[in-house]
Amino acid sequence: MFRRSLLSVALFLPLAASAATPAVSKYQVEIRNFHFMPAEITVPAGAEVTWTNTDEEPHIVVSTGNQFPSSPALDTGDHYQATFAKPGTYTYFCSIHPQMVGTIVVK
Amino acid sequence: MNDRHDKNEKPQRRRFLECMAWAGAGAVWMMKGGIAHASAMGSANAASDATFRFVQISDSHIGFHQAPNPDPLATLRETIAHINAQPQRPDFIVHTGDLTHLSKPEQFDTVKQVLSEAKVDQVFFIPGEHDVIGDNGKAFFDRFGSGVSGGGWHSFDHHAVHFIALVNVLNLQAGGLGFLGTEQLAWLKQDVADLSASTPIVVLAHMPMWSLYPQWGWGTQDSAQALELLKRFGSVTVLNGHIHQIQQTIEGQVTFYTARSTAYPQPAPGQGPAPGPLKDLPASQLRKHIGLREVRHVRGSQAIAITDAALA
Repeated sequence: MFRRSLLSVALFLPLAASAATPAVSKYQVEIRNFHFMPAEITVPAGAEVTWTNTDEEPHIVVSTGNQFPSSPALDTGDHYQATFAKPGTYTYFCSIHPQMVGTIVVK
Repeated sequence: MNDRHDKNEKPQRRRFLECMAWAGAGAVWMMKGGIAHASAMGSANAASDATFRFVQISDSHIGFHQAPNPDPLATLRETIAHINAQPQRPDFIVHTGDLTHLSKPEQFDTVKQVLSEAKVDQVFFIPGEHDVIGDNGKAFFDRFGSGVSGGGWHSFDHHAVHFIALVNVLNLQAGGLGFLGTEQLAWLKQDVADLSASTPIVVLAHMPMWSLYPQWGWGTQDSAQALELLKRFGSVTVLNGHIHQIQQTIEGQVTFYTARSTAYPQPAPGQGPAPGPLKDLPASQLRKHIGLREVRHVRGSQAIAITDAALA
């Protein structure tokens, strides 16, 4: 039950993605040249990660296995944030360009 | 098995042709039994006895607004004007996907409206990955999927040529390429089951149906299974989009062509950091790298003639 409530918290935190949202997370992933940079980052449990798309092409962040909610389509300059409460390895990819893959390791 | 081939001739395999040099030139390629013959436009070989012609356009990306083309709507309109200005009307137009940049309703509506200005009886639309964002293609298929059931794939016949419209941009897997899926492959198997091997086949799909450059996602994971189902046919022409440039290869009796975009070019495989727009292209050069393709079927010989035309 404790584990389930943690998952619910991770799912229902605000995840707005818009150009107006300031990127204040300590943990940043830049989406540039069809890559997630860095491809793998390690964060502490409870950390918030911000993705920022600087490509001219839109990208979508999708968790493999639906471990966290998908972003909307991120146009150039858009941000997306997700919080990772539970330790584990979270792989994700871009559903428009699936050769783009990344990993969040939560310790 | 196919007596069309000279049995002493070495089969052509995976021959890559760099076609960027075709910009601005009209080149006619005749496909006959899997062997390509090139000739200049206007020559006696130039398919003057064609029974019908159609036009392929691709990757209009309406909604894109950056370098090297801040106005892809204008260049799409120019493309339609070019088609309308030709002395002979094509039987139909096929758009091989990425109609829109972001799958937004107004972007789809704009494409539909502009294509209605073309002087053709019919336009067929195949979805690209930019057309199925966030809704598994619902907005696309609501507008362009009439008469189509299942996953949106379908086939039609035109003057004894069998056209197969595939969808390889849904259910994409992490780290993967384009994807057809078992349901679509099962449909394809029964769709061609009763056709004679001499039926010319044209396959339409957005993402390349061969492993052109997997590092950039340029390929389809299970295309080999689709091609296996088509290997008994004497003439198979595959028309793709997605990569915003002309690339071509031949495997046995199958010839694959990708098409230019009507919006902007992308780098040749590996010749750039990523498969994005060529943003440093000067505005004066843009129209040499975007355009359309005319395809003519030559009656009775299984030959397909391809003419690529840039806007400048």
